[in-house]
Amino acid sequence: MSTTEVRLSGFGGQGLITAGIILAEAAILDGKNAVQSQSYGPEARGGASKAEVIISDGDIEYPKVGDADVFLAMSQAACDKYAKALRPSGVLIVDTDHVKNVPAFSGKTYSVPITKIAVRETGKELVANIVALGVLVGLTGLVSREALETAVLDRVPPKTKDLNKQALAAGFAAAEEILGKEGE
Amino acid sequence: MANDRRAQLLSGNEACVRGALAAGVRFFAGYPITPSTEIAEGLAAALPKVGGTFIQMEDEIASMGAVIGASLAGVKAMTATSGPGFSLKQENIGFAAMAEVPCVIVDVQRYGPSTGLPTSPAQGDIMQARWGTHGDHPIIALMPASVRETFDLTVEAFNLAEELRTPVILLLDEIVGHMRERVELPPDESVHVVNRTKPVEDPETFQPYKPGPNLVPPMPAFGDGYHFHVTGLAHDESGFPTGRGQDADRLVRRLHAKIQNRKPPVARAEEWQLEDAEIVVVAAGSVARSARAAVREARVRGIKAGLLRPITAWPFPENEVREAARRAAAMIVPELNLGQIVREVERVSGGETKIVPLNRIDAELITPAEILERIQEVAAHVD
Repeated sequence: MSTTEVRLSGFGGQGLITAGIILAEAAILDGKNAVQSQSYGPEARGGASKAEVIISDGDIEYPKVGDADVFLAMSQAACDKYAKALRPSGVLIVDTDHVKNVPAFSGKTYSVPITKIAVRETGKELVANIVALGVLVGLTGLVSREALETAVLDRVPPKTKDLNKQALAAGFAAAEEILGKEGE
Repeated sequence: MANDRRAQLLSGNEACVRGALAAGVRFFAGYPITPSTEIAEGLAAALPKVGGTFIQMEDEIASMGAVIGASLAGVKAMTATSGPGFSLKQENIGFAAMAEVPCVIVDVQRYGPSTGLPTSPAQGDIMQARWGTHGDHPIIALMPASVRETFDLTVEAFNLAEELRTPVILLLDEIVGHMRERVELPPDESVHVVNRTKPVEDPETFQPYKPGPNLVPPMPAFGDGYHFHVTGLAHDESGFPTGRGQDADRLVRRLHAKIQNRKPPVARAEEWQLEDAEIVVVAAGSVARSARAAVREARVRGIKAGLLRPITAWPFPENEVREAARRAAAMIVPELNLGQIVREVERVSGGETKIVPLNRIDAELITPAEILERIQEVAAHVD
């Protein structure tokens, strides 16, 4: 049975819980099992926010993530707090606009200017969470790109579909660029 | 396969909304509180579309009063809250038990006491569900462990409330309420729905609290043409207050008996790997998920462990726990509180086996590893 545990963490207001929901919905569209959970403070914005997603071929009992296989850090505080809770062979993705000190780590680290890409490609910082999903799935292949796009478009408000499609494409493109450079 | 539409991702709170609608809810009154708010949100959107009513009340006390009034008017009614609001609803929950008004109260447990940690999980309301309102009342409380089971037990909460004319509590916790899982829900037409029995006799000679064969009085709605009086005072079959101790005795014993004597029993538990289990883990709600993972891992390591999961917190599944206690060398009771279910396990097991509590109150779910460690410690002393 293959199980992958993902943690997305940053500030409240960055849309990471929504990103977690979309990732889990994409996994379900791919025919897999998924559980999504979250923790956040009482405030609507600015506090710490964390979404966790477990994707599996089998039953998922304990719904929380211990040591993650994939960790997306979108704030320095989140990175400092959870970088230790990564499997040794895991994947760490940091948004370099928010994470300046990237910890040394035995697995793979990808430093990507996620928020900057969102602003540059769409003019909206708001969709950094969708860019992040594109980067994460582009780098890890955790779910199919088709399922991810369907899940994004199912979840976002109708008027923002084009914006989110653009954001997702920008995330995929950033991942391809990174993987292309690795292959050189 | 990138387009599998059989299943959907739903939270426990969303599944509760879907279950309530499948069961035929037509009235919700409440006051929003984390981590239950999504239930109010969902029903605020859904109820007007099915001809139902949603009211955001001025507080929890009034919400519970409105739910009782709606139910007396003939519709299936519910409210949803968390610990602090659950405390406020208690007086009227007792009224519903005494006046035999069917209703469903959802308590999505969060960390307490008091306002505690609003967004964090706990299981501190198990005893409040049982004894929160005063007097010697009966109560039913259901404790789902998954999103799908939240749907099923929400339907069952309405069915039991209608069948037995009693308030039923759906006891979620923050984890089950907020966790999203892959679920496939049954189509509405395949869901078994129970409606209250209405009287058939002449309104002139109608005795509103004369019990039927299952000890439950048939219940007309206000406006059906039956005149009746509703009171929290001890009353006789006429529905009017009585000062007589023997009438009160008969009433309160019947309120208990209608739930205790119900066939099949209201109390139930899931048993998993229990046949040859030497170490039995008793866990409910979200904690049962960790317990199942721990039992599975213990079996891999050659330890005969099993899981007994109360589905009804109240009535407590006494027969199941007593039977398991007779055969087990030890019972481990993990809970997100300082020991509430464990008191029932101790009481019911009557010294037949060793009882080991496992309590966590740092606002995190007990992990499978913690339970496994306790199983291993206990196993080392059993042999």
